[in-house]
Amino acid sequence: MRAIGDPKDFWSGVFFIAFGAAAIFFAWQHPLGTPMRMGPGAFPVLIGGLLILIGIATLVRAFFRSGEPIERITFVRPGLILLSVIVFALLLAPLGVIGATVALVLIGSAASQKFRLPSALALGLGLGLGSAAVFGWALGLPIPILGTWLGG
Amino acid sequence: MDLLANLALGFEAAFTPLNLTYCLIGVLAGTLVGVLPGLGPTATIAMLLPASFALPPVTALIMLAGIYYGAQYGGSTTAILVNLPGEATSIVTAIDGYKMAQKGRAGPALATAALGSFFAGCVSTLVIAIFAPPLAAAALAFESPEYFSLMILGLIASVALARGSILKAIGMIMVGMLLGLVGTDVSSGARRYTFGIGELMDGVGFVQVAMGVFGVTEILRNIEHEIKNPRLIVKVTSLMPTREDFRRMVAPIFRGTILGSALGVLPGGGPLLASFGSYSMEKRLSKHPEEFGEGAIEGVAGPESANNAGAQTAFIPMLTLGIPSTPTMALMIGAMILQGIQPGPSVVTEQPALFWGIIVSMWLGNLMLVVLNLPLVGLWVRLCMIPYHLLYPAILVFCAIGAFSLSNSIFDVQLIVVFGLVGYLLAKLELDPAPMMLALILGPMMEQNLRRSMTIARGDVFVFVERPISLIILLISAAVLVLAVLPMIRKKRDEAFVE
Repeated sequence: MRAIGDPKDFWSGVFFIAFGAAAIFFAWQHPLGTPMRMGPGAFPVLIGGLLILIGIATLVRAFFRSGEPIERITFVRPGLILLSVIVFALLLAPLGVIGATVALVLIGSAASQKFRLPSALALGLGLGLGSAAVFGWALGLPIPILGTWLGG
Repeated sequence: MDLLANLALGFEAAFTPLNLTYCLIGVLAGTLVGVLPGLGPTATIAMLLPASFALPPVTALIMLAGIYYGAQYGGSTTAILVNLPGEATSIVTAIDGYKMAQKGRAGPALATAALGSFFAGCVSTLVIAIFAPPLAAAALAFESPEYFSLMILGLIASVALARGSILKAIGMIMVGMLLGLVGTDVSSGARRYTFGIGELMDGVGFVQVAMGVFGVTEILRNIEHEIKNPRLIVKVTSLMPTREDFRRMVAPIFRGTILGSALGVLPGGGPLLASFGSYSMEKRLSKHPEEFGEGAIEGVAGPESANNAGAQTAFIPMLTLGIPSTPTMALMIGAMILQGIQPGPSVVTEQPALFWGIIVSMWLGNLMLVVLNLPLVGLWVRLCMIPYHLLYPAILVFCAIGAFSLSNSIFDVQLIVVFGLVGYLLAKLELDPAPMMLALILGPMMEQNLRRSMTIARGDVFVFVERPISLIILLISAAVLVLAVLPMIRKKRDEAFVE
């Protein structure tokens, strides 16, 4: 059974419709105003409505075209990359930029097939010290060098 | 001679030690980015934007502009030497450039690309200097309805020129506009789509979105199919093109420059379209079409001139109207806003030193690129050999630190994670994030102009077709849209990208 000819179009349409519907739903609490004095709700509702129409067109089109299936979504490697940045954000205040950078590089590098602990550790330390020197010291960005846990 | 006086003012502004230094830093960083696989100019400008906060506005914009056109140069270097176009605009350069390199003529190919780009850079700088001020002067008479129509034209043209489905691209424009509405509404003070999150009151930052969908997403995509580093098999011996080479490159460089200068102004993939268009034009005009694909020097000279000219004239709508034509230009507009400059036609008259300083710096930057890059080719090639598994953690670190530095907020770092993921899912559905980025900047401006227009017209929606300039702009928009969806033109357009 292959009723949906183009799965990418199908899911794009679903995404557009859902996004447009959500936009209208959350804009509804704001006054629409009058044409002469448009309220804060008017433009979002207008654009959300147009997005739903485009979503419907994309969805309908999916049944009349043929396209390739959606590329497989992988979880582990992209997940590690995203996790590494989240961990950086969480560790920046307590550990400072050097510690947070080492953590980011270690977790992020693990996503690669060519991951080697020693080289990742060296890269992390190098980048951490380098960033602390360039961004913190040379450019004077207010970034924590040593975190609160390290007494910085 | 206003032009000379203006250029003199620009030289005065650009020729300070500080500005020259940052111009150099910009073009070197740009070349580096163009050379490195998996890192584009949009993500780089987003990363380095916080570092430019401390600089004066002219200096900051000179550096960011340098990154942008430096990347064009870097991209063509790797396209020729290792058949790896660093930027989309150098894809066609790789076809004949790499063949020339394989035949032992890497040096002349590089020199041709550099000379063509430099010539195109000089001409397009002049084009900007001549055409931007009158355009800005005309735009000063524009009121809200004209601006609203102009933004519609900008968005439609960017969709028409982009690759892929037009319907999906229009959908992405709407998504971008809605994202742009997040935050406190300036006219009513209403907090829209903030969901009680304090950080969202100022809206979703476009810099964070750009870092996410262009920086982080790119890494997520590349890590799925690990990038293999190229092996350098060609040697660069003599850089000097032969007399025959010179004779054959002159006409393509001229034609490419003209084509690029014209197409670059268009929103969307102007420079990209210019390089593809120039290649097929040269192939058609050539007396030896069979040489194309086998190392024809015209196939390097034309597209390289075209993409560089296009990259420069893309500044015209940005500088004169405050309307971005590409995501990179959207970031430049963002940089201006963050520096406290309201982009638009008044920049030319109110900030002449800034305006002309940027224009002159582009010419200087092109000169630096020619003088520096040919001798540095060896260095760039070695840099492009950096293994990707060492490169991407560094990009991530710079993105994270850059995002944090925007406003010393952890929230901004989390935001690039969110948009990295969003970009990854969009890519799976083949939804292009570029129209979304343009709309993110233009959305709030369009809403304000729509509201003002409606107030001026006392609620009459026909105001947009009753005012002649606005009507003309809307008719052009409609024509562009119709042309883009006509099956015949569409086929031609797709062919141009395939060739």
